[in-house]
Amino acid sequence: MKLGFSAGDEAFRAECADWLNGQMAGEFKDIKGITTLTAKAERRREWEQQLGAHRWGCIGWPAAWGGRDATLAQQVIFAEEYARAGVPGRVNHIGIELAGPTILAFGTEAQKARFLPGIAAGNTIFCQGFSEPGAGSDLASVRTKGRLEEGEWVVNGQKIWTSLAHISDWIFVVTRTGEGSRGPKGLTFLMMPLNQPGIEVRGITQINGDAEFNETFFTDARCPADSLIGNVGDGWKIAMGLLAFERGVSTLGQQMGFRNELDGIIAAARANGAAGDPLIRQRIARAEIGLRLMRYGALRMLSNTDHARIDGAALTYKIQWASWRRNLGELAMDVLGQAGEVAEGAAYEWGMLPNLFLYSRADTIYGGTNQIQRNLIAERGLGMPREPRGDL
Amino acid sequence: MEFAFTEEQEMIAETVNGFFAEHATSERTRAAMAGEGIDRALWGAFCTELGMAGVAVPEALGGAGLGLVELAIVAQAAGGQVAAVPLLGHAMVARALAAGGSAQQQAQWLPQLLSGAAIAAFAQAETVTEAGGALSLVADFVAHGALADLFLVAAGKGAWLVERNAAGLSVSAHVTMDQTRPLATLALAGTRAQELADPAAALAAARATGWIVAAAEALGGAQACLDRTVAYARERVQFGRPIGSFQAYKHRLADMMIEIEQARSAVYWAACALDEGSDEAPLALHAAKSFAADTFFMCAGNMIQLHGGIGFTWEHDAHLFFKRARALQSMLGNGNWHRERIAGMILGDAA
Repeated sequence: MKLGFSAGDEAFRAECADWLNGQMAGEFKDIKGITTLTAKAERRREWEQQLGAHRWGCIGWPAAWGGRDATLAQQVIFAEEYARAGVPGRVNHIGIELAGPTILAFGTEAQKARFLPGIAAGNTIFCQGFSEPGAGSDLASVRTKGRLEEGEWVVNGQKIWTSLAHISDWIFVVTRTGEGSRGPKGLTFLMMPLNQPGIEVRGITQINGDAEFNETFFTDARCPADSLIGNVGDGWKIAMGLLAFERGVSTLGQQMGFRNELDGIIAAARANGAAGDPLIRQRIARAEIGLRLMRYGALRMLSNTDHARIDGAALTYKIQWASWRRNLGELAMDVLGQAGEVAEGAAYEWGMLPNLFLYSRADTIYGGTNQIQRNLIAERGLGMPREPRGDL
Repeated sequence: MEFAFTEEQEMIAETVNGFFAEHATSERTRAAMAGEGIDRALWGAFCTELGMAGVAVPEALGGAGLGLVELAIVAQAAGGQVAAVPLLGHAMVARALAAGGSAQQQAQWLPQLLSGAAIAAFAQAETVTEAGGALSLVADFVAHGALADLFLVAAGKGAWLVERNAAGLSVSAHVTMDQTRPLATLALAGTRAQELADPAAALAAARATGWIVAAAEALGGAQACLDRTVAYARERVQFGRPIGSFQAYKHRLADMMIEIEQARSAVYWAACALDEGSDEAPLALHAAKSFAADTFFMCAGNMIQLHGGIGFTWEHDAHLFFKRARALQSMLGNGNWHRERIAGMILGDAA
């Protein structure tokens, strides 16, 4: 067991920090410190391309596909330095962390050649088409239909909560291709270009006034026959495999964003005197402890190669960070007091801490609600009986 | 960076888990509870047959020369069985001697402590009167104090060794809620004591060791509460189905696991940070002690609730965990105290 990084790793850290800080002080100065995923969309695409051009876009991928074959420690370091430098979140995080690894794991050689270079170069932005109005927590109930017709997949239906679909190029879609099938059987995983007449994207305005999520409508939308990942009917297996990638190294970069938010609360508490309140002090200490434990929890999961042992523990990560962040949002408002209720300007737009308070209500819902997470932990982590279905 | 056990650490874990599971049975622990609060045969076997009493003591001083990670593995295993052994005081005093004892003090005491021939306890006094090398003080809540042969007495910045049979020393045992680790009051009245060669180093080592052992014990205890409750959830049937199939039940189990996994990160982060001399070590220690003890108490409370009536009986072991958890929350600084130390590091001292 070892926590320290080697001299070689520390040199790599300096290299990352130098490059990232240089970018944020130079050509991409205008996007430094942005905390939403939607602001300055065009510049964010250009930033993805800049990362790709310097091979910083997906360092954990194989070198043959535009990555650097980076070690675990190097990926941790890059994620940490990325956030530390104030670089905004990746608008192609779905492509880098979900679509790419899924294609690497389940795609054909032709699919790898077709998609991976574009994702790595920052030219192909992906979004995820899983949830539907009638298939939220119950993901296996998707009804969006896919059928093969004259060498093409034709898709009809509706997806929802498609984060960043309005700035994406491609969407991966779980479709029901088995006629009359129900539940996890009969699903197929398709890659579709978004820019086509059969697909319409409509923004959903959220409680913070921003619109990161969308409804995506498919009306005879089309993609070539070889656009499926895996085989017809493998959709559930692939979607579940993909969700496993979600607990990768990216969580460490996410934590650096949390660090910035907690530091913002600490600064606000010092400035307005809340730092002298013993109860606020306890809550800030708890938040600090929680954040540190998130980091070491992630390092523990990433360091452990014995998956049989660590998979149960990894199931606890989502609810842990989501609940922590929701509490942090409440702490932020308790520290700010009524000042947190008032916008800085004339628009309904919020600074980092009030926005954290509002946005964090989504954290405990998307990607599996806290209630679903508890079911998963109890069933898969602790071997409790599964919830019965009412319709199968 | 490799935040996972090495093969050697895995082997140690397997060995000590097996040892405590086999020997620290409910029957033996209850016999200890009815007596003086220690399973002497178990402690003797731990020191001699298992040879783990010096796990985190340097080889040159007769120990195994390993670190706090390995000590945490041992304490976690002992905590998992609520073993009635004086590990906490022993580890605190042994590591204090190694860090701040003179060569003569080390040579006099470490062999006896490591072989199990002498039992050590840590005693903290609020105030002390010192006159010509003789101490007068009262130290409350000394864990396993009534059966210690050697005390490490701390008061202010001073640290002394006092033998059980020294003139003017008296110990009064208390009926203690956690009968696996009874508390005692130590009183010295003009008692001859040997000051440790480097009291600051000795006390720093004693406290850090105590926090790690307490946190690791709590982790082991919390995991045992979850494991035993999971087993019960499978076998107990009500309304025609195992009670573990009810969502209200499953969600409480899940909440226990969420806290336990964080406590595991906390304990081994703190132990590893201390072994590596990391700047994070002080924060990690306060985090580990407060978080793990709170987690243990939460899990032990849930264990009683989720067992229903049987969990409230003397016959069931749930109360052993519950009482140990409560004791761990209060000893060596409660959760609020540790969190205020962290708040001080982040926010400066309270107004």
